[in-house]
Amino acid sequence: MKRRQFIQQSSAATALVTLGGFGFQSCEATSKTKKITILHTNDVHSHIDPFGPNDGHNANKGGVARRASLVESIRNENPNTLLLDAGDIFQGTPYFNYYGGELEFKLMSKMKYDAATIGNHDFDNGIDGLYAQLPYAKFKFLSANYNFKNTVMDTHVKPYHVFIKDNIKIGVFGIGIKLKGLVNKDMYKETEYLDPIEITQDITRILKEEEQCDLIICLSHLGYHYSKKPEKICDLELAKSTKDIDLIIGGHTHTFLPKPTVAKNNEGKNVLVNQVGCYGINLGRIDFYLDSNKNKTANGTSIIV
Amino acid sequence: MKIKTLLLCFFTLIIFNCKNKNYQLSKIEGKQIEVTDSIKTNQSFDSIIKPYRDNLTKDMNAVLSFAPQTYSKTDGELNTAIGNLMADIVYDQGNIVFNKRTNKNIDAVLLNHGGIRSIISKGNITTETAFQVMPFENSIVVVALKGKQLDSMMDYLRHAKRAHPVSGMELKLDKNYNITKALVQGKTIDKNKTYYLATNDYLYDGGDRMRFFKPNDSVYYLNYKIRNAMIDYFKKTDTIRPKIDNRFTQTK
Repeated sequence: MKRRQFIQQSSAATALVTLGGFGFQSCEATSKTKKITILHTNDVHSHIDPFGPNDGHNANKGGVARRASLVESIRNENPNTLLLDAGDIFQGTPYFNYYGGELEFKLMSKMKYDAATIGNHDFDNGIDGLYAQLPYAKFKFLSANYNFKNTVMDTHVKPYHVFIKDNIKIGVFGIGIKLKGLVNKDMYKETEYLDPIEITQDITRILKEEEQCDLIICLSHLGYHYSKKPEKICDLELAKSTKDIDLIIGGHTHTFLPKPTVAKNNEGKNVLVNQVGCYGINLGRIDFYLDSNKNKTANGTSIIV
Repeated sequence: MKIKTLLLCFFTLIIFNCKNKNYQLSKIEGKQIEVTDSIKTNQSFDSIIKPYRDNLTKDMNAVLSFAPQTYSKTDGELNTAIGNLMADIVYDQGNIVFNKRTNKNIDAVLLNHGGIRSIISKGNITTETAFQVMPFENSIVVVALKGKQLDSMMDYLRHAKRAHPVSGMELKLDKNYNITKALVQGKTIDKNKTYYLATNDYLYDGGDRMRFFKPNDSVYYLNYKIRNAMIDYFKKTDTIRPKIDNRFTQTK
């Protein structure tokens, strides 16, 4: 892996030789700050239309066509933006009962979602029902701890993907919730659930050391926290038990956080854990500012939430 | 050749320097943006949605009943008005089919709290309300269980500490979540008696870790969707009046 990277980079260098001094210039022009914007949703649950004016809790909130306007204006402001979803795209309005998720995927593709992880409700029409809608999805499905090898989803889901925006490498990986006891086996079939912490430790090592990512983001459908079941794996626990993750975008528990949580990882470093409720009522936005080593202040990273 | 190699090494070094000038996080800003009606609707998205929406709206807007208040599954500790409504609907509507088919009656109902997928808003109840509260395609299943298994069920409820909807039974816990009273049809559970417990196929198959339905004496698939039971109940009920009561409580 390392070796292959070296070879690729040497050939890039050869190309630069012919360009003369260009290499020097590009090296020196690094005193600027780069900004990466992460937009995210979770548990949208087929909420395509906004809530009506008479809804008891969420009147006039949400709506895909509005979210599209919002995302578009943020992308115009910063083209170095990723749009991510933490699962449970399906189930919750008759759009899903009638059309099986086709419209959800079509709209997410048009909105240029970059990646989503798979929630338990994305199996609600069975793994075959999920597979059937894949032609409408132009974004990536990421899940590192579901092994789909013996299912129709094999090769359609990757453990992680490295996005490059403004030369910043952003590693994104997905983590799903334990399906046994939550989803009928007939629905998820031979999907194998692997330990979230062990898998996260492996993937973050790959993303940090092999892929040399500048930012690492976990799309998790584990749930934020279970106060009555403290032993159950959750996002806060995942943050605490691993390292090198900058942001965990959560889902499943439909948690409305007043602001993103700043947790500590197993090295005592900060990890942001966020979740934006459900039904597309909110869009999460995290802006990462990165400086080159030279400019790095002694104070480390400031977090404004 | 030598010089070329040297040059290559030199430039490789520069490139690596560039690469290694790893960008470091200096600042993170996080916020949440509420999607409200002040944000304009993107028409190119809306025009994709429209044909799907028009087709749905026809079916969904039929008014079936009326809700005098807004009911949420978070209003209440171990039993909620909306959960009681759901369990009672399964009890009443399910029993019509079950009794006709077997001449027996349902003794109790158990659903799961997570299965209530939406609030019922104050105002008209439409077909859409039923789809919101119960979007899943699950059907009613009646299971013949011995009293001993009902004890396991009560034990499950005691550990779950959640307002799983029940009907036809009464369960009382003390402050340490120990059972102080467990009745079915107003009577203490007879370990050897057969009871008919209604639930849905998701839970019957072990959903929400409910493992006490199997093995059993017999199982009856009513082929009656929970959502259709709700729609049928709403149609014949002018105004719903669900209440929090004493069916599942804790003394504090």
